Amino acid sequence: MTKFDTIETMKKVNSVVAPAGHETPVAEIFMELARPFCDEVYRDVMGSVIAHKKGPGKKLMFSAHMDSIGFIVTHIDEKGFIRCHNLGGIRAANVVGTPVKFANGTRGVFLCPSDKTLTDLTRVSEGYIDIGAHSREEALERVQVADVAVYATETYQSGDMIFSPYLDDRIAGIILLKALEELKDEKVENDVYFVFSVQEEVGTRGAMTAAFAIEPYAGVALDVTRTGDELGGKPRMECYVNGGAAIKVVDSSLVCSPALVAAMKDCAKENKIKWQIEVLEAGGTDAGSIQRSRSGAYAGCISIPTRYIHSPQESCSLSDVEDCAHLAAAFAKKALTF
Amino acid sequence: MLELVKKLCTLDGVSSFEDEVRDFIRARVEAKGCEAFEDAMGNLIVHRPGKEAKQRVMFAAHMDEVGFIITDITEQGYLKFAPVGGIDTRVIIGKRVTVGEKRTPGVIGIKAVHLVNREARKVVPKPDDMYIDIGADSKEEARKLTEQGDYAAFDSMPVEFGDGMLKARAIDDRIGCATLLRLIEEGPDVDAWYAFTVQEEVGTRGAGPASFRVRPDTAIVIEGTTAGDIPEAAEHEKVCRPGKGAVLPFMDNSAIYPPELFEELKGIAEKNGINYQVKEYVSGGTDAGAIQRAHAGTRVAAISAAVRYIHSPSCVASIKDFEDIYRLAAEYLKGQVK
Repeated sequence: MTKFDTIETMKKVNSVVAPAGHETPVAEIFMELARPFCDEVYRDVMGSVIAHKKGPGKKLMFSAHMDSIGFIVTHIDEKGFIRCHNLGGIRAANVVGTPVKFANGTRGVFLCPSDKTLTDLTRVSEGYIDIGAHSREEALERVQVADVAVYATETYQSGDMIFSPYLDDRIAGIILLKALEELKDEKVENDVYFVFSVQEEVGTRGAMTAAFAIEPYAGVALDVTRTGDELGGKPRMECYVNGGAAIKVVDSSLVCSPALVAAMKDCAKENKIKWQIEVLEAGGTDAGSIQRSRSGAYAGCISIPTRYIHSPQESCSLSDVEDCAHLAAAFAKKALTF
Repeated sequence: MLELVKKLCTLDGVSSFEDEVRDFIRARVEAKGCEAFEDAMGNLIVHRPGKEAKQRVMFAAHMDEVGFIITDITEQGYLKFAPVGGIDTRVIIGKRVTVGEKRTPGVIGIKAVHLVNREARKVVPKPDDMYIDIGADSKEEARKLTEQGDYAAFDSMPVEFGDGMLKARAIDDRIGCATLLRLIEEGPDVDAWYAFTVQEEVGTRGAGPASFRVRPDTAIVIEGTTAGDIPEAAEHEKVCRPGKGAVLPFMDNSAIYPPELFEELKGIAEKNGINYQVKEYVSGGTDAGAIQRAHAGTRVAAISAAVRYIHSPSCVASIKDFEDIYRLAAEYLKGQVK
């Protein structure tokens, strides 16, 4: 029985407010959860958590970003309404009516001004958050400029799917924890760094500096990817929930190293892990930053097919999560031969 | 300080043509007995020895300014040009410029109003539709004064006016250069590094290599930033206001400043009675992003001057803000003694 129940662990990591650039609260949780399963765990200058499981072979870096998208306060008006800027990609019109929470427990909702329509709402800064304050002074007692907020939506299971905010990319952090647990009493042949990176949502920034410090021979990002089976059929993409761990070939941040992709497919086949291929036309991952750090590294990605990415309720398959964890563990264990 | 800012604002330093600014700074720094190193890109890196610091601190300011580059000379002797850096085409029509090191006077011309129909007047002309008139009556005459690849800079002398305001070109970022120079010349006796960077306005290109060389633990960028305290801007779009003190941003499009360092600077300002304002909008990028991620990671912050009509020949800033910016930087440095 795993220590890391997907739903319960997701609730735990989502209990804090930790959007891009403000990851400390979630970093502390991941550090505590990873510590029993690795040789050392530390944070780097940018704040990424690095869990090191030593092995005799080449350096292999996994990267799952622990930051979420969110809001940062820019201005509080005379009536106590709060203006924000987005941290990462938020489509303002898609999140109108979404409940949000601040680190100190303040609750509120993101709204569209009454003199605007949803189509006018092209930027988060054109909407506002109502925290139930009636004046600037009252609002300032609870919220300051530069404070951050995140979606305050629920995590739950429905059918064989998990619905939650911030599966992107905390589900991948949980997958790394599961892989670490699976490897608990095992010797790994590679020298493995499990990185819970920061600031992916604002441009894969944390993986860049972490990779510079670690100097991996190969890097594998774990991140959510889109699926081809949402209602409406777009994007046209042959990657499906319940289709197994998705092995990335390309996204807009990198073309995965063919040798690594081949090794990962072989690894899945040898270990009878359900897998599928992923070709993503848009979106980037930490793998792009890792690939081009210093003099370059082999790079690829294990993706979790996920619906409604960046919305307040993303959804993915619980069995895909297990497949991804098994694949990461198996890939960490066996010596890289490319 | 004011005289230094004014002097710096008369020097040409269009991106990649920073020579005049660099030469001026180098002479001052060497007169002070500090070593100044010019790297391959043209960044000027200065180490000022002093009492041992707790960490390696670097201050950064960019020497370059927005301007133009000559792309072609017409048969009639007019100069075609392209903007260098982010220039709003609407502000350049009819403005005076000087071309190249010879400072050939010129004016940005466009078809006269009498020759333009009503419809065309509603459209903002593109740089392609404009030209620089240097009074030459043939291509040959023009060639005696300039050539393709030459730069053109705004021709605008500093003027003090109104309630302690300064109008000048290139306050972004000669205010930063002046602050760094003053720190070197009369700042606290603490070991620190100073990077006068190139090519910020075309994509923060110089700062990364400077950071890679210096490897600072913490870097403070001193910058000019957009002030929006003008009649048309809504309250939440005013960004910051000249005269209200040093501007502390919590993020920009290039970097999220670590909250601890942002708070530390706020604390220093409050403790020492230094006027400051938190920037209430997120826009633009600075050297901070490139510095943060050039190696294994640097803690970054920015101290900015609120500048109206930034990137125009007539930037407007408040003279007393300069003192607040210097004092905040100096107090931070003072606190770095081991």
